[in-house]
Amino acid sequence: MIRPGKMVKQVLESLFKKPATSQYPFKKSAMPDRYRGKIIFHPELCIGCKMCVRDCPSNAITINKVGDKKFEAEFNLAKCIYCAQCVDSCMKKALESTKEFELAVLDKKKLKVIFGADIKEDVKK
Amino acid sequence: MRKVVIPIGPQHPALKEPESFSVTLAGERIMAFSARLGYNHRGIEKACEARTYLQDIYLIERICGICSHTHATCFAQAVEEIAGLETPRRALYIRSIIGELERIHSHLLWLGVAGHEVGFDTLLMYTWRDREVVMDILAELTGNRVNYGMNVIGGVKRDLSPEHIEHILKAMDILEERTKYYIQVAKEETTLIQRLSGVGMLSREDALSLGAVGPTARASNVARDTRRDDPYAAYAELDFKIVTDDHNDVYGRTLVRMGELMESYRLIRTALKNIPDGPIAIKSPRKIPAGEAFSRYEAPRGEDVHYVKANGTDKPERVKVRAPTLANIQTVAKMLEDRQLADLPIVIAAIDPCFSCTDRLITVKDLNKRSPHIVKWEELRLHGIEWHRSNGIDFSKLNKKFAQEAIRCY
Ligand code: SF4
Ligand code: SF4
Repeated sequence: MIRPGKMVKQVLESLFKKPATSQYPFKKSAMPDRYRGKIIFHPELCIGCKMCVRDCPSNAITINKVGDKKFEAEFNLAKCIYCAQCVDSCMKKALESTKEFELAVLDKKKLKVIFGADIKEDVKK
Repeated sequence: MRKVVIPIGPQHPALKEPESFSVTLAGERIMAFSARLGYNHRGIEKACEARTYLQDIYLIERICGICSHTHATCFAQAVEEIAGLETPRRALYIRSIIGELERIHSHLLWLGVAGHEVGFDTLLMYTWRDREVVMDILAELTGNRVNYGMNVIGGVKRDLSPEHIEHILKAMDILEERTKYYIQVAKEETTLIQRLSGVGMLSREDALSLGAVGPTARASNVARDTRRDDPYAAYAELDFKIVTDDHNDVYGRTLVRMGELMESYRLIRTALKNIPDGPIAIKSPRKIPAGEAFSRYEAPRGEDVHYVKANGTDKPERVKVRAPTLANIQTVAKMLEDRQLADLPIVIAAIDPCFSCTDRLITVKDLNKRSPHIVKWEELRLHGIEWHRSNGIDFSKLNKKFAQEAIRCY
């Protein structure tokens, strides 16, 4: 049997302990350093080898040529499983994992993200 | 007394996964029990054939959210064997460490679920809070709480730093102290002992003949553990005890899992002490030479088995997975013989089932025809449309619209 005296100790301890739960979304917990969140793309580094496209398990990336040696990346955030295989596959370090994880949106169209669109405009000009 | 057959599932408020049980009752007594799998078949094995080995690791990892490292390692081991790759020793140690951390997380989770099933929700709150310690460690090492993405063919992706080792050791101390407390609760709390003792009896002979695996077998005094019987990763170099128990009931299964927690803490400490230096992965070819391999892994729930056949391309020709629950599910009918209906939840929970991992492809037989024949997919679809139409719902217009849209998409 566990003696009641022991339980009183536990109860009193719990009274002064910090709660195990946190007040999300008001208080956000820090993501670990190796966290794999939303991927960002650095268009200036990309050479268009498409290794990332080939290795992505969920067909979430497409790399489009938008000008001479200029590429844009289109991510489908809904398809992406945040495995960061594309980051590992890219020899030029043009892709990077961030700690951003709150990616839910009400508008489905916002799940398609295009990086490097500004370059496209440059080309048009 | 008149017998009543009650169906539980596939949709039921008490079930977290779609699974169908049919229980024959005489009063409150269970006369017969049968489980029907196949409601959650995801076709992962087939999907593996259409993807490269590299992509398959991520797919295989998602067979189970709790045993994700289990499946990925098991698959990687098979492919490494076919390709004749020599995985670096440091990688093997890291795989073992993550594997044991995963076991701790799975067993603590189970303990909470078991507490919940017998109405001891305080235990659920306590163990799940303590489980956060190991979840945080896993997130720190791998970047994620589940689906760690740690394995690659030929090694692991991320290394352990001295700070990580320090954090793991600290977490082990906290968890060891908590587990000692739970062991004390399990050994001294009379209500818990009486609720679990004698429930879900499975004799040693039955466990052997039904092919039980993992803690379910070990609680029936069958010392069966893949880590020792067919050592993989770094287990051959690590010293550990196989925890067995002879209670043969749910209480025994609880004690086995708690004993295994203590062993895992010890294992992780020794592994961290002996971890060799060196590379964590070797480069693997994209194309794997033709061959086949069979790989075994002791998951927290029991033995997990993967079969991989390669044909010389970058995609496997066949992948076959047998998750531990499939080996254990047969024992449940035996355990429930002549028991009370109230014991059903805890007896099922005691094998720590994971039905989504277990689900196999099924064929539907039309038993109304004199000679049963296998119903084809198209036939089944037409049958469904007909059935709905006879009940006043006509899908034909909608179907046409979908078909046109599907054409436009491609
Ligand atoms: S792998 Fe890197 S460099 Fe190659 S296309 Fe992808 S982002 Fe560009
Ligand atoms: S993180 Fe994984 S799923 Fe997402 S784009 Fe990269 S490779 Fe594809």
